[in-house]
Amino acid sequence: MVGTPYGGAMISVRIKKAFADFTLDVAFDAPAGVIAVFGRSGSGKTTLINAIAGLTRPDEGRIVLDGRDLTGVPVHRRGLGYVFQDARLFPHMTVAQNLCYGGVHDRARLVEMLGLGGLLDRYPAALSGGEKSRVALGRALMSKPAMLLLDEPLAALDGLRKAEILPYLERLRDEVEVPMIYVTHDMSEVARLANTIVVLERGRVVQSGGVADVLSNPTSVALLGLRDAGAVLLATVVAHDVQDAVSVLEFEGGRIVLPGRIGRIGKNIRLRIPAQDVILARVAPVQISARNVLPVTVTALQIEEGAGVAVGLLAGETPLLARITMASLREMDLVVGAQIFAIIKATAVAPSDRD
Amino acid sequence: MMWEAVFLSLQVSAVATIVALPLAIWVAHILARKVFRGHALLNGLVHLPLVLPPVVTGYLLLVVFGRSGVIGGLLFEWFGVTLAFRWTGAALAAGIMGFPLMVRAIRLGFEAVDAGLEDAARTLGASEARVFRTVTLPLIAPGVVAGAVLGFAKALGEFGATITFVAAIPGQTQTIPSAIYGLLQVPGQESAVVVLVVISVTLAMGALVASEWLARRMVAR
Repeated sequence: MVGTPYGGAMISVRIKKAFADFTLDVAFDAPAGVIAVFGRSGSGKTTLINAIAGLTRPDEGRIVLDGRDLTGVPVHRRGLGYVFQDARLFPHMTVAQNLCYGGVHDRARLVEMLGLGGLLDRYPAALSGGEKSRVALGRALMSKPAMLLLDEPLAALDGLRKAEILPYLERLRDEVEVPMIYVTHDMSEVARLANTIVVLERGRVVQSGGVADVLSNPTSVALLGLRDAGAVLLATVVAHDVQDAVSVLEFEGGRIVLPGRIGRIGKNIRLRIPAQDVILARVAPVQISARNVLPVTVTALQIEEGAGVAVGLLAGETPLLARITMASLREMDLVVGAQIFAIIKATAVAPSDRD
Repeated sequence: MMWEAVFLSLQVSAVATIVALPLAIWVAHILARKVFRGHALLNGLVHLPLVLPPVVTGYLLLVVFGRSGVIGGLLFEWFGVTLAFRWTGAALAAGIMGFPLMVRAIRLGFEAVDAGLEDAARTLGASEARVFRTVTLPLIAPGVVAGAVLGFAKALGEFGATITFVAAIPGQTQTIPSAIYGLLQVPGQESAVVVLVVISVTLAMGALVASEWLARRMVAR
């Protein structure tokens, strides 16, 4: 798994709720940390998170957080923070009053960490979308929640604002250490924040597990879509080459060179390598423009509908995922266990991971 | 007699509004937010005084709250309270006639409040009572003010149900409208009528201006 491991805290969710046109029937267990609930709109993500919060009453179900059974506990006694997609700040209260509504836990630090100091006297109507999101985050955290529920907190924001909020979320994950359930349909957010992923489709869990495992699993390509499938790995910045304007990152399976100055030396960075940006070669290529060539072992071949094949790879101990065509598969004569080379285009990192 | 009527009207209307307001908020909340069997029935019942001839409402009040009425009899037996032909009865009639207007205005207020804000407050640990006090009530306040003003104005002008239920006893149940009506029956009282009419217009305008000012102050944020 990628990222900070948390203690033994666990969340266990079993929820069933029938609607006119579909049934939500979800069961998963996950370690604390950031649990991403990923799915298209209409897959039941919001219903699931509302049931965990207690805002929706499931037909049957059981929710246990860290040994505490929340089933049937009224919303206001669950002690869960909820960050809604539309922030839902109280329009008749100032930012300071909004923040303190649920408590004043860790007030000074959160105000500093979320950059809210200059906003305290304003009313929500005078805030930008990104500022509203930050206030909503702070308000939920100041109620000292046992867990934070986030329902697509970035979906209403444009790209720039998203990039503005994501670092705050990372800091919360790493410094506040509050477990989170993060609902999203954006894979780059999953790759950047989550430790665990639960993939929902039409009200059911179709896959769940550690983010690195699920995203690099060849069977995930069909579930997540071509654009979203791809391995996530944790790499450390080891050098900046000022002359060539590149950064060198090292992970357990090799070295990766990326253009631009990324992070500080020693910083751990998550890299996302979409399956469609990985090229495979039987012999080590010479004199090519791509900078990153990693020796890898083929671990799985998953033939998909259409002409695609998802190829599971292992670079050292780190799983990667590539997607090639049937024709390439035949020509290269790939089999499980084959020792080959993966060529990763250096731009193949989620833009949000740049520093 | 003239000023007696004015003060009595103000007293009757104020008491009617103050007593009816919490009830109107409660009923408006039920009608706006709850789904239950009998929703349409409750809605119809609340609106009945608006569509019934006021004299009929007054007659029904007499039947129910008169000393030999179902509730009126019990009130007298247990508490020695009489409503018919007393100013308290006038307040009851005025309150009932103004009730539908209050409920309608406050209900619109409830419907304008995003229920999601109340959910947000719950997730922050607020009990139902605190959610209502700190989130719902401040947000429906403009609707409550509008409802109160409408109810108060309706109470000031109530005539039919009042005169049927409590008659027009000078100093006891004779409000501005019944005083104007009484004065019009007697020749040579035109000047008194004009004064009462001017007072009526002034009170109504004053109430409207006050509500406008209050509402603006509340949404200024």
